[in-house]
Amino acid sequence: MEDERSFLDICGGPLTLRRRYYSSYCREFGLSSARLSLRSVTAVTCTVWLVAYGLFTLFENSMILSSAIFITILGLLGYLHFVKIDQETLLIIDSLGIQMTSSYASGKESTTFIEMDKVKDVIVNEAIYMSTKPRLDCLIEVYRSCQEILARQKATSASP
Amino acid sequence: MVLKAFFPTCCASADSGLLVGRWVPEQNSAVVLAVVHFPFIPIQVKELLAQVQKVSQVHVAVLGTWCHRQQEPKESLGHFLEGLGAIFSHDPWLQLCRERGTRFWSCKAYHQVSTTPDKSIEDQVMLIFYDQRKVLLSWLHPPTVLPDCQAGDTTASAGGLADIFDTVARSEVLFQNNQFDEGPVRLSHWQSEGVEASILVELTKQASGPVCLLLASLLSLLSAVSACRLWKLWPLSFIRRKLSTCEQLQHRLKHLSLIFSTQKAQSPTQLMKKANMLVSVLIDVALGLLLLSWLHNNNRIGQLANALVPVADRVAEELQHLLQWLMGAPAGLKMNRALDQVLGRFFLYHIHLWISYIHLMSPFIEHILWHVGLSACLGMTVALSILSDIIALLTFHIYCFYVYGARLYCLKIYGLSSLWRLFRGKKWNVLRQRVDSCSYDLDQLFIGTLLFTILVFLLPTTALYYLVFTLLRLLVVTVQGMIHLLVDLINSLPLYSLGLRLCRPYRLADKPPAL
Repeated sequence: MEDERSFLDICGGPLTLRRRYYSSYCREFGLSSARLSLRSVTAVTCTVWLVAYGLFTLFENSMILSSAIFITILGLLGYLHFVKIDQETLLIIDSLGIQMTSSYASGKESTTFIEMDKVKDVIVNEAIYMSTKPRLDCLIEVYRSCQEILARQKATSASP
Repeated sequence: MVLKAFFPTCCASADSGLLVGRWVPEQNSAVVLAVVHFPFIPIQVKELLAQVQKVSQVHVAVLGTWCHRQQEPKESLGHFLEGLGAIFSHDPWLQLCRERGTRFWSCKAYHQVSTTPDKSIEDQVMLIFYDQRKVLLSWLHPPTVLPDCQAGDTTASAGGLADIFDTVARSEVLFQNNQFDEGPVRLSHWQSEGVEASILVELTKQASGPVCLLLASLLSLLSAVSACRLWKLWPLSFIRRKLSTCEQLQHRLKHLSLIFSTQKAQSPTQLMKKANMLVSVLIDVALGLLLLSWLHNNNRIGQLANALVPVADRVAEELQHLLQWLMGAPAGLKMNRALDQVLGRFFLYHIHLWISYIHLMSPFIEHILWHVGLSACLGMTVALSILSDIIALLTFHIYCFYVYGARLYCLKIYGLSSLWRLFRGKKWNVLRQRVDSCSYDLDQLFIGTLLFTILVFLLPTTALYYLVFTLLRLLVVTVQGMIHLLVDLINSLPLYSLGLRLCRPYRLADKPPAL
């Protein structure tokens, strides 16, 4: 079963929470944030180049212009590869573990897997660790579903 | 609870057969290691499994059947597979089935219930794919000796997934027979197309035995020579302590004897250490050879030798200027003329001696440099240590000045503190290690006060000389220190681990510490 809802993150940007209910012991939550807007990219590039042009007229050194171009390109690549998160997924499988995947705008994926033995409980902490920075209502949904699965798992492991 | 079946990705396209692996009851999971294909004789399969069990201590058994079929299910095959359940009884019995060409899978697991032996209940199955090659190449499995500190915890689940990986890793002997062996049983696993190995690695392994033996004997000879009693005699031992080249050579000798020792590495950490040392030695020698080729190009050695004597002259001249400045009125301070002149002349004479010595040595410098440059083929670190030693030798006069200035200053401070106590009527009690009051005679007091005044007024002069020469000495020490830092960096940078991190990050995975 699939379910989609829209939320807002702490900066006011739109977020989409997609819930997939594969079976009673396996759920997946995906949080996708807004794509990189052309407006912001253009604004940043124009500012950098205007500043570079201003410096060029001051110093008459053409290296400034080429270095500004390099900085823009490298900065954009670095931002896409290391900073801008496209989507975050939380996959919870009873008796196996919890896996969190962050996929960046450049296609890079970084995965963390925690074995179920090492999970004592899932809590909503004061500091927000998910990089897409969702608000509390979104976190509460995820928290509730995780607790259902954990409670079920504890019940089955308690009974011999 | 749900039954977890760990299935290797390479067997997903294999033909129908029997599933062979290990059942882990604590985690309700079945780890499938290989698929045995038809035709087979059950006795031979059981023999093979017993053999594998004996060698690897892993309880392998037949876990179920695997069926990779066309779209129309064959009745006869279904009955045949059920019949196999009777021959190789295992509880629970897995039945994995896949349709060729589609993504349709069917997984069933049957549990025998002890009360009704005829009926069996069906469990839910969670199929987990794992890549056998990656699990075996990255050493994710724990070491054979588990720490005993977690006696209180549930040691059964102290493994968890680590247990699964450990099972796969320990059954390596099962993966040794491939399709080219003429065995009675045909298996399918990650190495069934042929054991994965590299010719170069195998050749080096074969060659490393005798090479290690030869080098180890040579190195032991060298170490014996360097440890012999001759070196403990006074002048040689003193020189040996002071020269950093000898230290570096000894260090390298130790490294080399560790690398080429005939013992195999006990644990992955030791292997990593050995590999790091080997890579560091190789890089060192490569850099040294580069330096050598650069030096011998364009007769740079000759140029260096020709430049050395004028540089030493220049340094001496600057020092003389400095001393003249000190003998005058440095920075507007008024010095005691007599002491100033004495100290200044003393140091000037030293510099003069030093210059004559350098000029005496100048015809031999080129030869010495050439031979020293040859030592760069032993490694860049040795060349850098020799450079540091040459700097120390060339600035020996600065060291001497520092020692004289420091001694004078130290004596003065000593005398001042003792006479200050006398001035106040106190005395240092050596027995009790404290300051006691003492009654002095009048003439003692008189002379003591006189000496005290003299020393106090001579203090600025000595202090200034001390300060100047200490700063010079600090400069030389800083330069030498930076060279030693570079040497240490080359010695200890773990380049092998860094390279492994960049190229094969899964090799560096380690068992996480117990929580």
